[in-house]
Amino acid sequence: MSELAHTEHRDYTGAKLGMWFFLFTEILLFGGMFLVYAEFRQVNTAGFHEAGTEMDLFIGALNTVILLTSSLTMALSISAIRKGLKNRSLLLQAITVLLGIAFLVNKYFEWSDHIHKGFYPDSPQLLAKSHGQILFFGLYYVMTGIHALHVIIGVSIITFMFVLTLVGRISGGDYVKLENTGLFWHIVDIIWIYLFPLFYLIT
Amino acid sequence: MEASFYHAKTRYPGILGWIFTTDHKRIGLLYLIASLSFFAVGVSLGLTMRLELIRSGMHIISAQTYNAVFTLHGVVMIFLFIIPGIPSSLGNFVMPLQIGARDVAFPKINILSWWLFMIGGACAVTSLFTGGGAPDTGWTFYVPYSIRTGTNISLAVFGVFLIGMSSTLTGMNFLTTIHRLRAPGMTWKRMTLFTWSIYATSWIQLLATPVLAITLLLIIIERFFGVGFFDPAKGGDPILFEHMFWIYSHPAVYIMIVPAMGVVTDIIPVFSRRNIFGYSFIAASSLAIAFVGYLVWGHHMFTSGMSDTARVIFSLLTFIVAVPSGIKVFNWIASLYKGSITVAAPLLFTLGFIFLFSIGGLTGLVQGALATNLHVHGTYFIVAHFHYVMFGGAAMGFFAGLHYWFPKMFGRLYEEHLAKFAWVLLFVGFNMLYFSMFVLGWEGMPRRYYDYLPRFNGPNLISTIGSWVLAAGLIIMFYNLVHSLVAGREAGDNPWKASSLEWQTTSPPPAENFEKVPEVTTGPYHFV
Repeated sequence: MSELAHTEHRDYTGAKLGMWFFLFTEILLFGGMFLVYAEFRQVNTAGFHEAGTEMDLFIGALNTVILLTSSLTMALSISAIRKGLKNRSLLLQAITVLLGIAFLVNKYFEWSDHIHKGFYPDSPQLLAKSHGQILFFGLYYVMTGIHALHVIIGVSIITFMFVLTLVGRISGGDYVKLENTGLFWHIVDIIWIYLFPLFYLIT
Repeated sequence: MEASFYHAKTRYPGILGWIFTTDHKRIGLLYLIASLSFFAVGVSLGLTMRLELIRSGMHIISAQTYNAVFTLHGVVMIFLFIIPGIPSSLGNFVMPLQIGARDVAFPKINILSWWLFMIGGACAVTSLFTGGGAPDTGWTFYVPYSIRTGTNISLAVFGVFLIGMSSTLTGMNFLTTIHRLRAPGMTWKRMTLFTWSIYATSWIQLLATPVLAITLLLIIIERFFGVGFFDPAKGGDPILFEHMFWIYSHPAVYIMIVPAMGVVTDIIPVFSRRNIFGYSFIAASSLAIAFVGYLVWGHHMFTSGMSDTARVIFSLLTFIVAVPSGIKVFNWIASLYKGSITVAAPLLFTLGFIFLFSIGGLTGLVQGALATNLHVHGTYFIVAHFHYVMFGGAAMGFFAGLHYWFPKMFGRLYEEHLAKFAWVLLFVGFNMLYFSMFVLGWEGMPRRYYDYLPRFNGPNLISTIGSWVLAAGLIIMFYNLVHSLVAGREAGDNPWKASSLEWQTTSPPPAENFEKVPEVTTGPYHFV
């Protein structure tokens, strides 16, 4: 590998295109889980209804508001850097990170509560319930768990972007990394928008 | 003239200059070495199996070992050899050259993909010696057995998960490269058909592999937490696993074969000195295979329990997906017609590909039809079909490409007579090995069994002898190639007088591929 002799190659459209391709893979990854959900709900409608009543609608709704707001602050941070407003962008990125963490904290309390009540995979209490309830809780842990993993990854990346912005590697002239991070954060948000009704609203 | 990329100054010295490289040519060669090494492992496992099956009642290895051997043969060959074989090695080396790019769109992600591939491969190999012993589920990891067996499934499955990530990232990288980095004048219709096939393959890698990823994750989650998605005792559904597995794994066979089709499409015009017949149709048929290939997974499950309506639809779609492959075969033949043909080694492998792939494809239709499927399902007929398509097809195409681009990669020529001799052995051994299996399967010998009835003795003996002939062919072929790395004649820049872009630069190419970015004015198969 020789050091490039000619001018550095920068392709914003290419970078964003690559990110979009990556987002397709995320949709299909979760698509597999939505497929599992669809089949099990179809077969065990009654059990799903019953299990759904165990969900805490308040905490789910709160998390939805938190995540939607964080998408807004993320988008605003990109607008800010585009206008060259570094400090404002840094502030908005920091708020996004904090909202992401708040989401995870809520999730932690929510999961702890369920586990405390004895609802966790393979628990004696859960195995005594109907098939629909076992599968509902299985899906709940797997889907929101893998989603939460994405939130953790997202928060880490945004933190990294914060540092890059701080040292000037992301600026008004070169912000495609931040924009791609925003795209990732939005897909995490969109997946939650589907998870929320499937687990909390349809009971 | 610039020095070749082998001599270019690297950021790190020695071996580090390779494993931390971002040069697509070096990464292509890294994949080549890795996947051929895994191929050697897979071949050894296959030979062991054939040896065990030489005669009924004779046992060389235990039944449990046999189960592990056929599982690993499948996992290694599919995930570590054929899937990365053409796209990641030849594709990485050749595709950017063919479109006149200096590198792929994301060089760092490219080397990351290789690292993920190697770590995944290491996990798969480690699973043999650790935990509860070597995986024994077959490469399909079917539940409920994969959930219940005490062998080291989780690590093997995690390895395949990483390899899947590597494959997905490569697909994303190549798609972006082909969209964004074509040289000036390189319109879509001036791209080589190999690049078109890589383009179609990349879409499959991108859109199918994530489904495998989640399926494999669910196996691991199931094993560790007992969630119950695939366990009927908890309301789960093992058939659902089969669906999810094949939603990836059927498109995956097109990840394996479509690039091989691309390789032979590039070779035919060069050795018949004619423009390819039906350029647009070949390009479009790659995309059509990629698209329709998504919708046929159910034909792996005709006997698993599906409604008749679903089976009829899947059967119909299976027939439809054969159409674009047929279009390609007819176009290849038409391209050879009235050409001034030189039967050099790459073309010989190509002709072998067309013949063997046609047998494999047509016997695929025997299984795609519902009535005959019930007869041959789960027999050696499937094993024979699969090897005709994957070994006779994908691997033959890979070897064709290896011979064709060998001078491009290394600047030297192999020994032509030896290459042809190796091909004869390969071809004869191959047909002895696998055609016998068609006969065995048709007569009802089940696949994956450790032993069989004495009445199957004859074809099994022929098959095992064939495996030795095939192995001899492989040894001679690789001896020839490796020996020629040092002892081969200098090839010059364009020994085949090919007209596509990769041959217009020096062989081996300089680090930046082209001294100056070429301006493209003609199609890839323009011979004067």
